[in-house]
Amino acid sequence: MVQQQDALPVAKAISEGKKAERKLGWLLCAPAALVMLAVTGYPVLYALWLSFQRFDLKYPDQREFVGLDNYITVLGNGYWWTAFGVTVLVTVVSVAIEFVLGMGLALIMHRALVGRGLVRTVTLIPYGIVTVVAAFSWRYAWTPDTGYLANAITPDGAPLTEHASALAIVVLAEVWKTTPFMALLLMAGLALVPDDLLKAAAMDGAGPWQRFVKVMLPVMKPAILVAVLFRTLDAFRVFDNIVVLTSGAQDTSSVSVLAYNNLIKGLNLGIGSTMSVLIFIAVALIAWIFVKLFGTAAPGSDDKGRR
Amino acid sequence: MLGRGCDQQPGGPIVRVRRTRRAAVLGASLVCASALTACAPASSANTVNLYSAPEENLQQNVDRCNAESGGRYNIVYHKLPRDADGQREQMVRRLAAGDTGLDILYLDVTWVGEFAEAKWIREWTGQDKADVERGTLQGPLQTATWDGKLYAAPKNTNVQLLWYRKDLVPEPPETWQEMIAGAQRLKQEGKPHWISLTGAQYEGVYVHFNTLVESAGGRVISEDGRTAVVDDGAVQAMQALRDLGTAGVTSASMNNAKEDDARQEFETGQAAFQLNWPFVYASMVEKKPELVDKVGWARLPGLRPGVPSKSTIGGANYAVSSYSTKPDLAFEATKCLRNPESQKFSALNDGVPPTIESVYAEPEMAAEYPMRDTILEALKDPGVRPVTPAAQNVSTVLSKMLSPIGEIDPQPTAVRMRTEVQNALESKGVMP
Repeated sequence: MVQQQDALPVAKAISEGKKAERKLGWLLCAPAALVMLAVTGYPVLYALWLSFQRFDLKYPDQREFVGLDNYITVLGNGYWWTAFGVTVLVTVVSVAIEFVLGMGLALIMHRALVGRGLVRTVTLIPYGIVTVVAAFSWRYAWTPDTGYLANAITPDGAPLTEHASALAIVVLAEVWKTTPFMALLLMAGLALVPDDLLKAAAMDGAGPWQRFVKVMLPVMKPAILVAVLFRTLDAFRVFDNIVVLTSGAQDTSSVSVLAYNNLIKGLNLGIGSTMSVLIFIAVALIAWIFVKLFGTAAPGSDDKGRR
Repeated sequence: MLGRGCDQQPGGPIVRVRRTRRAAVLGASLVCASALTACAPASSANTVNLYSAPEENLQQNVDRCNAESGGRYNIVYHKLPRDADGQREQMVRRLAAGDTGLDILYLDVTWVGEFAEAKWIREWTGQDKADVERGTLQGPLQTATWDGKLYAAPKNTNVQLLWYRKDLVPEPPETWQEMIAGAQRLKQEGKPHWISLTGAQYEGVYVHFNTLVESAGGRVISEDGRTAVVDDGAVQAMQALRDLGTAGVTSASMNNAKEDDARQEFETGQAAFQLNWPFVYASMVEKKPELVDKVGWARLPGLRPGVPSKSTIGGANYAVSSYSTKPDLAFEATKCLRNPESQKFSALNDGVPPTIESVYAEPEMAAEYPMRDTILEALKDPGVRPVTPAAQNVSTVLSKMLSPIGEIDPQPTAVRMRTEVQNALESKGVMP
């Protein structure tokens, strides 16, 4: 917020009062900035430092600096790439489905004539349920004998014990859970589309589909990109659904699950931190691609953020 | 989970002003919620903090020991999370930070090597050691030993048995192959035929594998817990597991089944055999009494005819934290918590088999433990999982490679297993 204030065009000669005001601004935001550095900057740097070491809590005496060895180990490991593939797959597929469904929901919510509030509230229910709780109910639903879904779809299969079907269920659980979030962001985007524009397009003879593709989508672009970016970053860190549904069995671990296993279960701070750093890099890369290549604007900023 | 493990202790200093006290409790809860900081309540000099798994009647043992000590120590029982991973994580996290608020720790039998190597627990020596060793079964004692030194006191043990339907199979199968053949025969006859076991990708599948490896006289890890071996016995064990996985006599969700799922499968009457811990008997008595008379028990099936199996033993040990500020009291309190009287009480009320042999002969045991002789027999010829600091990593790596059991390819898997287990032992590789 303060930075925004700062970015305002400043008159050539700054009066004494203005100067004092700016100084005060810095002073006021300093504690927040320091806290941010301490709680986010320090752990990130510490993880980076750990990732260059062989450091296993079980063998405290054997701690040593190993340079990039951990990165070579992780990047040369099949488990890591399997998990990476799973993560990318879950991310791409779930975000794509969520986008289509979310757009549909947003249009419905936007145009709902009766009970608009009720419709919006009902749609948001899945997003309000704690992921782990929802995941447990999915797990039971897909377990043969105790669940209502497993036997309905596959008479004597156990979908959670097969690689492909288990992944499909993970994606389904993710989609069910976060489509409302997508819809909410898209609905905010829909509100940006001026009615006059649509009316004008209709006057010019554009059909509903043309109005949607040629008018609404371009106007909504910033909102769409923000929504897709947020969900992509979120989906890339998928963890709880997988842990509850399969605990990573049958090659369904995501990179986050793998990092957790190595760091918390395995107590291998070196390898685990390496994975965390790699995940951090991947997430940063995704954000960079969205911002630089697609021109996503940070929410709240103006057009200048875009290319 | 606000304030878990921060119960205000009775006998603590009395806070006069009510509001202050409430604020203090709230404050403590908030600190605990961050789960990073020690949350030992203000304690008096004789407080011994016991961190143990939730056991319904453990508090009564604690109370009895406190009374017997005549005020020398006052054990406060803090409950750890219910699942093993959660228990281990809480203790590890706090020990890694050098937390002095933990005195007595509850360790699953597979964690002793790890905690000892990391220097988180104290060695038992002198009279304390002699007291623990006296009358304790060899198998459980082995699980408490690392590098030839005693690091914990066996609290309770556990061993899997074969539970079978006497009305379907008159004699329990002696070998793994015999059990599979029996189940296939029942299947042809259209009778309940499943073999229920813990086939999910977790410790449960490793337990079966270890039993089979030990029964075949094989090894996965060398005696000293430092090198991967994976010999011919391990290959035979993998073949046996694979044969069961492909025999068509397990439930569809066997590859996701843990202890309780296996128990349920058996209780619904679809299974003819179940490989599981004794807790299933108590559950059956309570939930399916009509099944109880039809069920027999025996030692787990082995690999060779005439050679009994070596069942993997489970259970828990108590250890004293290296960061404890009152180790003497902690050792003394631990001895009381695991003495014959305590173990008998826990066996009768919480269903955990004792580690002290004489307890099995107590008259009260007959009613609750009709299978106690079989348990004792299996315990005296146990298959102990290799003790190593990397037990958790080894278990994760192995369960990954053994799951799903129907797709194990024994020879190539053995080659991979040698590398990956060795990596796990040296904390070099990546855990799946």
